[in-house]
Amino acid sequence: MNGDIQKLVNILLNGLTQGIVIAAFALALVLIFRSTRIINFAQGSQAMFTTYIALTLLNRDFPYWAAFAAALAAGFLIGALLERVVIRPLEGGMELNIVIATLGLYVAIQALAAILFGSDYQSFPSPVGVNGFQVGDTNLALTPTSIFILCTVGVVVVGLTLLFQKTQLGLTMRAAAFDGEVSRILGVKVSHLLTFGWALAGLVGAVAGILVASGQFIYPSYMETLIVFGFIAAVIGGLDSPVGAVVGGVLLGLVNSLVSGYVASGLVTLAAFVLLMVVLLLKPGGLFSSAKTRRV
Amino acid sequence: MSTDNTTTKRLLDLNLTRNLLISLAVLVLGVLLLESTDRYTNTQLSSLTYYAIAAIGLTALTGLNGQISLGHGALMAVGAYTTALMLDTETPLPFPVVALAAVVVTSVVGFVVGIGAARLHGPYLAGATLALAVALPSVALYFKGTFNGEVGLTVASPRPPEWFVSFIDAVSGEFATSSKYVAYLGLFCLIVALFFALNLRRSKIGRHWRAVRDQEVAAEIAGINLGRTRVQAFVISAAYAGLAGAVMAVVVRLAAPSAFTIVLSLSLLTAAVIGGLGSITGAFIGAAVLVFLPPWVTSLSTGSGLSDTQAAQMSPLIYGIVLVLVMLLAPGGVMGTVTTAWRRARLRRLHPATPTQKG
Repeated sequence: MNGDIQKLVNILLNGLTQGIVIAAFALALVLIFRSTRIINFAQGSQAMFTTYIALTLLNRDFPYWAAFAAALAAGFLIGALLERVVIRPLEGGMELNIVIATLGLYVAIQALAAILFGSDYQSFPSPVGVNGFQVGDTNLALTPTSIFILCTVGVVVVGLTLLFQKTQLGLTMRAAAFDGEVSRILGVKVSHLLTFGWALAGLVGAVAGILVASGQFIYPSYMETLIVFGFIAAVIGGLDSPVGAVVGGVLLGLVNSLVSGYVASGLVTLAAFVLLMVVLLLKPGGLFSSAKTRRV
Repeated sequence: MSTDNTTTKRLLDLNLTRNLLISLAVLVLGVLLLESTDRYTNTQLSSLTYYAIAAIGLTALTGLNGQISLGHGALMAVGAYTTALMLDTETPLPFPVVALAAVVVTSVVGFVVGIGAARLHGPYLAGATLALAVALPSVALYFKGTFNGEVGLTVASPRPPEWFVSFIDAVSGEFATSSKYVAYLGLFCLIVALFFALNLRRSKIGRHWRAVRDQEVAAEIAGINLGRTRVQAFVISAAYAGLAGAVMAVVVRLAAPSAFTIVLSLSLLTAAVIGGLGSITGAFIGAAVLVFLPPWVTSLSTGSGLSDTQAAQMSPLIYGIVLVLVMLLAPGGVMGTVTTAWRRARLRRLHPATPTQKG
């Protein structure tokens, strides 16, 4: 294979894997935003914390899938707990207060993780290999781990789609998100649904946390750039559309990978910031938003 | 009410005199503090000056204009790097000139960001400035030749001039060290920043900021240009961050990416929120918390068996919990709560029969 084409293919494959992880995280942000109009800045810290829980179990020789399930359960519970204890009392108050409170959670959870689990880099295993596949005698940037990541996110997306389209619970959630007051009058327990929404977002975030970590090193702030990337992907996708979040995530992953491969890896975050500002200023509704106008 | 020119003028003078007196009082208090404490506390007080400058800028932006910024740590980096580069010559310019240059450069960056920020609000603005906080340090890493990458730039400490040495000798009979000179530079910058902020708050500009924060539509009908007002608030706030960065550079004697993380931005927000958003006194209280809480907490936690690295994380943990608790229990912060309590008490004293008003 020609060297240039090989480079491009690998960059695109890398971008796809990276983008799909960003998409998973953006989904968590969108789940909360579409029902409560809140961006949960603590989402990354929550996901980091649950990944540490999984690592702790793995180090005690629990099987991989047990640790994986425990992290998801922990993410679900932490999400529900935060909604009940911190967010619920602030609902209906000033918008800025909730933003500040989630930022407080962001710092507090990150510091707590550093105290409990240490600040050192710790390697997090992947359930499958991390060596690239070979075509002929060229190495592809496609590893069993990236296939595992793609499949897992696929399962999450299909699961969420089924939930929101086919189940009673998902349909009432959509109704409550569309018009809380009317749903309440019709007998829907909106407050329970909001808690469930945060719990679900916590679970999806936990999945993203583990996927980023797979075959990599983790440390208390390893999710920091993903919070920003997830936010940018969600904004590109219009913030209230799960499909938009996935497309936005993949798009951002590809842009990041191209900038990193052809310009400089140090400029990835700057490029992402510029992309965010361009989207916010030119197309504030995102590329896939259903709503015609939106104040950003 | 008819506006009388002479009355307005007298009011203006009254305000100016009052603000000048407050600034002078803080200056005298600062000199007394610096001269009556040991060297270690002197260094802590120098840190207090730059945290206070940055917190005043942020509290004005968020409290008066309703814009949030998680990028102020990165803006401080702009000021600090400008200072480091300008002081790194054979015959550096005097510090006030360098600080002014840092303010100008940071204001320009603030202007560019502010144009984008003016059209955003709440969570969008928070997200965009968070992205800025993550992106800007990478510029320092990319342009290694100028900014020396991860290691950062060491800052040459400004040498105290003759008149300063003789001044300190006259006040305390001691020899003026370079760190003492830096502390005085910080104090001087803080007083200038304070005087400006005091005037700003009561001026037309300050009233416009508040109007835009509270009632966009009404403000616009009253002839206030929303976009221009927001950009103006962001630029002035960025100028404060730039000045704070300049002072920080000479106090810490280093400008490195690791010093300007998101945690710095969030610490500044904590300071502004604890003190009470929009309150200048509150900014001082918040800055004092940022300086004096960490050593205390760290020694307390190493005393109770935590390792050094664990103890270092105790202060961010407390900042985070405090941010959440303040929002839940006392969104007005220290100054907001005190003011409300004082007003209520006075109301009760003046009208014992009237039932306490809500809110």
